[in-house]
Amino acid sequence: MTATADVTAALQSKFSQVTPRPSGDHPAINLPASEVLAVLKYLRDELAYDFLVDITAVDWGVEATPRFTVIWHLLSTTDHQYVRLAMDCASNSEPVAPTATGLWPAANWHERETYDLLGVKFAEHPDLRRILMWDGYPYHPLRKDFPLAGIEVPLPDIEVADLTGASAKPAPMMGGPFVASTGEMNLTDAEPRAKDESWTEFREKPASE
Amino acid sequence: MATEFAFPDNAAKTEGAAQEFQTEKMSLAMGPSHPSTHGVLRLSLELDGEIVTSCDPVLGYLHRGDEKIAENMTYNQFVPYTDRLDYLAPLANNVAYALAVEKLAKLEVPARCQAIRVIVSELARVSAHLLGLGAYGIDVGAWSVFLYAFEEREKLYKLFEELTGARFTTSYTRIGGVARDVPEGWTGRVEAFCDQFLPILEEILSLLTRNKIFQDRTVDVGIISKADAIAYGLTGPNLRGSGVGLDLRKDRPYSGYDQYEFDVPVGSKGDCYDRYLCRGEEMRQSVRIIRQAIKKFPSGAWYNEEAKKIFAPQKAKVLSSMEELINNFMIVTEGPQMPAGEVYFEAEVPKGLLGFFIESKGGGVPYRMKIRSPSFCNLSILPKVCQGNLVSDVVSILGSLDFVMGECDR
Repeated sequence: MTATADVTAALQSKFSQVTPRPSGDHPAINLPASEVLAVLKYLRDELAYDFLVDITAVDWGVEATPRFTVIWHLLSTTDHQYVRLAMDCASNSEPVAPTATGLWPAANWHERETYDLLGVKFAEHPDLRRILMWDGYPYHPLRKDFPLAGIEVPLPDIEVADLTGASAKPAPMMGGPFVASTGEMNLTDAEPRAKDESWTEFREKPASE
Repeated sequence: MATEFAFPDNAAKTEGAAQEFQTEKMSLAMGPSHPSTHGVLRLSLELDGEIVTSCDPVLGYLHRGDEKIAENMTYNQFVPYTDRLDYLAPLANNVAYALAVEKLAKLEVPARCQAIRVIVSELARVSAHLLGLGAYGIDVGAWSVFLYAFEEREKLYKLFEELTGARFTTSYTRIGGVARDVPEGWTGRVEAFCDQFLPILEEILSLLTRNKIFQDRTVDVGIISKADAIAYGLTGPNLRGSGVGLDLRKDRPYSGYDQYEFDVPVGSKGDCYDRYLCRGEEMRQSVRIIRQAIKKFPSGAWYNEEAKKIFAPQKAKVLSSMEELINNFMIVTEGPQMPAGEVYFEAEVPKGLLGFFIESKGGGVPYRMKIRSPSFCNLSILPKVCQGNLVSDVVSILGSLDFVMGECDR
């Protein structure tokens, strides 16, 4: 069988818990954690979606439930169609998703990146270390509660930190990206300014939470 | 009469030595500032003599948090950041990003704008591959290729400067169009570049293609099988070098690529030499595409005139019309207004497939933007492909994968 535009229907008839997902472009489905691996394998082996393009996650904000959604994109190298899979993580504090490293070695680094930047753990991943931030970095920077400027942390190299007394400081945001705020507010608040904290030498940065 | 020599029993001697001396594996940190790691990649190698027994790439030295930054600014404000992904082909990134956001907005740009984007993408491809070949030459000991390649790149930079105002960080596209129309006579100068470039390209390639030393360093080195290339998510010339003919310009044409005739070169073996050959041929094909695009170069608008809430009005109109002034103000401050939804778009940039996944809740700022960078995926095969090779072959393999850390680390 080949990749078809009707991949959603094909999956729905095979897997009972798969539901269509609103999408601006490619066919997309929602599915529960228990069916992720079976659906990925079915897509790869039966429907010719043999290329894992990307794995990522979206953080819907501190108050949202479910807070994290993991997203897979597959491509067929023969039919050149994409499909998107989305899975809501059951836990907001300890989000977990199944690992696809057994199906595609490419998943290894994508999952490490998702873990590193968003803190979504991939169960049974063989080597779930941070990949872009350094080992031992305490935060997950792409989470919505992490400020754009960053949070002060010790330098990764303890010797250098001891010797110099320096630390990794948040970036000063003046002159940073300017964005207007939208919604009901007075003109002063709505004025374009750095969206995150903006502090200068005259206005001290508030102590980090 | 022949003299009889008594040789000591070598096997017994080696065994004796092995008991006396413990041999152990050596760990070697290659990079982050090593000339062959093309930027700030660190390979944590484990060596048995000169054979690599394990290789663990350490990334992140150039991580700037581009995705976090994207969540905090309007769509147009992010264009300059895309320059700094694959900084060897900023124009191609600009185009890929604009197309992704336009897909979200369900916006079509006019034919002239599409043609401009195709021309600049292909020029960027030539420029990126030239650097890739030049740097690869140096990696394996051929200096002169680099000098020839850079002379051609300099000519390309002149063309970029004339078109965009910048040689390097071009920031040329806008959502719904490009920053400005092509200057008078620019397409003629691009064509003149192509005319003189093809013979020079042959000259550059002839320095390597039949070069015995180059072949010894690349042929049968770092073989990546077809199945592995797909399983590890390789794209671009690295995937095609392994014999998979996936090229989105052909397979999912965007920006009017379907109007142009070009061939997609694929390798047969998947070794370093095949990847080199693919890049060489891609430059010839790029020139072919550029020539066709210039020949058919359409007249008309170079931005979408209907997209009044997305593409900022022209300066002259802003200064003379109240509505346009307000429009300009809103687009600059609140950003181009996008519908809610999620889209994923990938374009064929010189290094492979550069993808943008945009999650929008409406308005001028993306809620989440994921950048799928080809270099990141291409490097993920390193632990597998380096294992069992000599250290000097690692240099050759790195060069043949032609990665850029700016894009890998984002």
